[in-house]
Amino acid sequence: MSRGNRPLSPHLQVYRPQLTSVLSILFRIMGVATSVGSIVLIWWLAAAASGAEYFELVQSFLGSWFGRLLLFGWTFALVFHLCNGIRHLYWDAGKGLELETAYASGKAVIVFTVIITLGLWGLAYAVGGA
Amino acid sequence: MVEFALPANSKINKSGKKHPAPAGATKTKTFRVYRWDPDSGETPREDVYEVDMDNCGPMVLDALIKIKNEIDPTLTFRRSCREGVCGSCAMNIDGSNTLACTKFCSDVEEDDEVKIYPLPHMPVVKDLVPDLNHVYAQYASIEPWLKTTTAAPERERLQTPEDRKKLDGLWECILCFSCSTSCPSYWWNGDRYLGPAVLLQAYRFIADTRDEETGSRLDNLEDPFRLFRCHTIMNCTKTCPKGLNPAKAIAEIKKLMVERKV
Repeated sequence: MSRGNRPLSPHLQVYRPQLTSVLSILFRIMGVATSVGSIVLIWWLAAAASGAEYFELVQSFLGSWFGRLLLFGWTFALVFHLCNGIRHLYWDAGKGLELETAYASGKAVIVFTVIITLGLWGLAYAVGGA
Repeated sequence: MVEFALPANSKINKSGKKHPAPAGATKTKTFRVYRWDPDSGETPREDVYEVDMDNCGPMVLDALIKIKNEIDPTLTFRRSCREGVCGSCAMNIDGSNTLACTKFCSDVEEDDEVKIYPLPHMPVVKDLVPDLNHVYAQYASIEPWLKTTTAAPERERLQTPEDRKKLDGLWECILCFSCSTSCPSYWWNGDRYLGPAVLLQAYRFIADTRDEETGSRLDNLEDPFRLFRCHTIMNCTKTCPKGLNPAKAIAEIKKLMVERKV
């Protein structure tokens, strides 16, 4: 019997994505995105400290359509990570681990993320103008 | 280690054999089955079988047995009880892990065919038979038997009905390893992470009031890999063919780790 060359059975290639695993990997990705976003926040603060001229440059970049798109993405990532983080806190306390509850909380995370993200941007435009 | 792609010797060769339905069959279903023959020297392939469902039982295992009996005797898979108590026929069917004997062919979500693979991310012995030696060794490592330090009583060690209830949802596990092989964390770190099936069993003995080695059992698990590679993905609970909840059992162990420190 040859044991040396046994193939590895397919995994990601054949496993159907589930709400459970999709939210889990998104949690990771959004966490990384939020970390990158925090560097941008520091860049923005450092620009403000370094003087009006450079700050104006950073402001005009972040205020452009591309900059706003990035900021919208980071808002979404932060809010998603916050909502799903709360879900994980409940799990760590041993609560909400039944499959039906986990699915309900997973769907709630998606709904709240969309509502809060859009709400924050609506508020920003309402208060600050375009 | 996270490796998304399959190694070169594991890539699936798309040109497998096709076995058309017998002439005159009116109600047929297509089964796409993973094949690997250790003696051929070739990489794995997918064979396609068209089965006459008018002369076949309702379960995926019925179809596999029909294929082996009537179409292709070289097809290899494990089966025994054909009623969901032995755990032998665990495999990946229609994109998630379950027992072929309790999965209805009619419950398959994919319209055109039933896709069947061995349990994911495991060394393949042949066709749908994975090598389970490593998970069995991990199971042995949690010492799955009652351990005591006090002297044995004259008769059996007694337990109240309430304490016995704590084992419900734990003892029913049949060790089919559908859950462990559905877990991405176990895919990437299965060499050191124990995985949901083995941790559920570990908790079965931690939760048992007759067991007196809870402390050393927790010591054995307190490790960044053995226990804490669980990231509560919950694929395990989603896929368990017996409706058990390994994710909850693991969360209970994690809670005990914290509670004994405060």
